[in-house]
Amino acid sequence: MATTTHGHEHNPALQHHYDTPGQQKEAATLGMWAFLVTEIMLFGGIFLAYTVYRWAYPEVWAAAAPHLNTPLATVNTVVLLVSSLTVALSVHAAEQGNKRQLVTLLLVTILLGAAFLGIKFTEYGEKFAHCAGYANPLAWVTGGERLGEAECLVPGANFLFPAEAAAESGAAAGEAAVAHQPGMKSPHQLFFFLYFCATGLHAIHMIIGISVMGGITWMAARNKFSPAYFTPVEIGGLYWHLIDIIWVFLFPLFYLV
Amino acid sequence: MSTTALPQNYITNRATTATAWIKSWLLTVDHKRIAILYLLSINFFFLIGGAAASMVRLELVTPQGDLMSADMYNRMFTLHGVVMVFFFLIPGIPSVLGNFLIPLMIGARDLAFPKLNLLSWYLYMGGGLFALSAAVFGGVDTGWTFYTPFSTSYSNSNVILTIAGAFIMGFSSILTGLNFIVTIHKMRAPGLTWFRLPLFIWAHYATSLIQILATPVVAIALLLVMVERIWHVGVFDPALGGDPLLYQHLFWFYSHPAVYIMILPAMGVISELIATFSRKRVFGYEFIAFSSIAIAILGFLVWGHHMFVSSQSVYSGLVFGFITMLVAIPSAIKVFNWTATLYKGSISYRTPMLYALGFIGLFIIGGLTGIFLSVVAVDIHVTDTYFVVAHFHYVMVGGTIMAYLGGIHYWWPKITGRMYNEAWGTISALVVFVGFNMTFFPQFVMGYLGMPRRYHVYPEEFQIYHVMSTAGSTILGIGFIIPIVYLLLSLRYGKIAGDNPWDAPGLEWQTTSPPPTFNFETQPIVTEEAYAFHPEAAIKDAEAWRPGSPL
Ligand SMILES: [Cu+2]
Repeated sequence: MATTTHGHEHNPALQHHYDTPGQQKEAATLGMWAFLVTEIMLFGGIFLAYTVYRWAYPEVWAAAAPHLNTPLATVNTVVLLVSSLTVALSVHAAEQGNKRQLVTLLLVTILLGAAFLGIKFTEYGEKFAHCAGYANPLAWVTGGERLGEAECLVPGANFLFPAEAAAESGAAAGEAAVAHQPGMKSPHQLFFFLYFCATGLHAIHMIIGISVMGGITWMAARNKFSPAYFTPVEIGGLYWHLIDIIWVFLFPLFYLV
Repeated sequence: MSTTALPQNYITNRATTATAWIKSWLLTVDHKRIAILYLLSINFFFLIGGAAASMVRLELVTPQGDLMSADMYNRMFTLHGVVMVFFFLIPGIPSVLGNFLIPLMIGARDLAFPKLNLLSWYLYMGGGLFALSAAVFGGVDTGWTFYTPFSTSYSNSNVILTIAGAFIMGFSSILTGLNFIVTIHKMRAPGLTWFRLPLFIWAHYATSLIQILATPVVAIALLLVMVERIWHVGVFDPALGGDPLLYQHLFWFYSHPAVYIMILPAMGVISELIATFSRKRVFGYEFIAFSSIAIAILGFLVWGHHMFVSSQSVYSGLVFGFITMLVAIPSAIKVFNWTATLYKGSISYRTPMLYALGFIGLFIIGGLTGIFLSVVAVDIHVTDTYFVVAHFHYVMVGGTIMAYLGGIHYWWPKITGRMYNEAWGTISALVVFVGFNMTFFPQFVMGYLGMPRRYHVYPEEFQIYHVMSTAGSTILGIGFIIPIVYLLLSLRYGKIAGDNPWDAPGLEWQTTSPPPTFNFETQPIVTEEAYAFHPEAAIKDAEAWRPGSPL
């Protein structure tokens, strides 16, 4: 870099291979949008699987969906939507150069994201506790209340869907006939499998999103941003919005239908 | 470097210790150095995949299974397929030539995201490590397509490791595509409008679109296979309540466009070679540019032609077959335009041009047999025979390798600053062309006669074709080894190439060879279209011609 053909050395945020800050910002934004398209295609595969099987086993889907914890998920949806708002506000704060407001809003976003994950893991914990024979995660840890009716909604060898178990013991529902084929497991398990896959993948994205936000907060606290340069806040915000939007699709598909 | 005759450039180094030198390569963010890293690692994987192919061909010399067991044979052709598809053909041209040339061709100092570019290489290597360790621990026997439910429930080989390798490599491919798209949109030199871009850039743009749109779909399909294998949940296994066809749909939604990830950049290379060595503007520039985009789009609508013999309905089979035939239109547009470019051009048969002409020959055969296969009735007759094997080797492998080698030779003086040995170059190009046809043409015949693919024993009547094919593959192997030798020798003994040995008009030829770290001493400004050869260039060539001179 001894002889430079460009005289922007005074601007530390401008990387050597860009001509202007505007060009750098446009590149970053376009890159993020292209990445979001990729992410949508990634989740698209799961949505396709969901559609195919919902089409194939509509009554199974109808029976399985109520076994998810809709109240908790509703709370989570609200938490995420509020976090989208705080992200949008933080971009605004960065535009204004208001550092204190920016850091505060980013921290609130991170807290909301963590709250979402906490609630999500409570939901998962509930399913796993049921498999272990306890009524809720707390009882599982403390060895408290046992589960009344046996149930295990975590896909795997121990999977047990209550209605299916009842059908097996008595009435000859069409579904039970399917379940009796050798090696054939219940399509109910598919619903929960897709549920864990989709929400698990989403949770991984949340974890990444929170670390990205953490990095941006750290940069903000160290005065890396100015009204002239706050691209990371913007593209981080874009990513965050994408995670929210994916949840907005997952929520009705799994919990409400 | 052995001499100081070359100017200060991206290869020369101020590192004083060995560790600093290694670091300066492994932690580089210079697109040209990353391209070199890719060049070395991709060629390494090519040799591994080639070795596996040699074992397969060797086994097939006799109708009996004397060299290896059926199981070993399965693992061998799977290794060949996985390594060649995921670690050579898909990343080959974009990661090596694209990486090196895109910033140079558009007059930029680097790709838009240099660190992401380095990350792509590490992901590629990580994926490769997984795939290779799977091979070391006993291999995989599913074929490169990982069809369910065999891959999820019944195969007891290292499916998970291999799939993890392909999965990780997928992200490398996505990041490369993303980087190219942003670079081509945002980093072009002043005056370089879209219709002044070299066709190489257009082709890579179309490729990148496929990479970012299709790769995530196969990623999720492979992820589901892994999870199904670990948890025994029926996503794809019908015995567990899943749908194996869903896997085929998801897989081919990526893997058909993946063929265009291989062939579109190859077509980009060919457009450059044809123009330079005919000294003419490419005929029908806009048509070639848009046919790349058309191929990319149509490529997303034809995956069902891999599933004619699945339970897919006749109607969807016919529709997929029809759309597949439509792909022939933009492909033929390219071939006709290249041919028209040759017409009345001042053609010189230098090594890269030989590869380019070879490409056209192989691509015509591969493309036409592709039309046969898009006809449902014909396809059902030859499904899973060597006819299909020969077809896709002609298109994917013949096309990509000819362009890869042609491109490496053409830009070798730019990359290394030195010329290779022209006589040996000519010989190797001819050997590759002959070897390739001898390997794969007999496969059309035996496939049509009913030789199924993926069998290590076969009826005696096919032996003659198999022996021819194996003999051809030996020639082909020699054709690959010769360039490795003389290209390496050229690093030390090659003539200093100069900035523009081909007298070509592209921006990449305006900077020094090898280019300086930031590519251009001064920001280039573009005032004319691509392939603006001076009208008198052809006349000058004719005057400079001497008996025996290749130009
Ligand atoms: Cu195809």
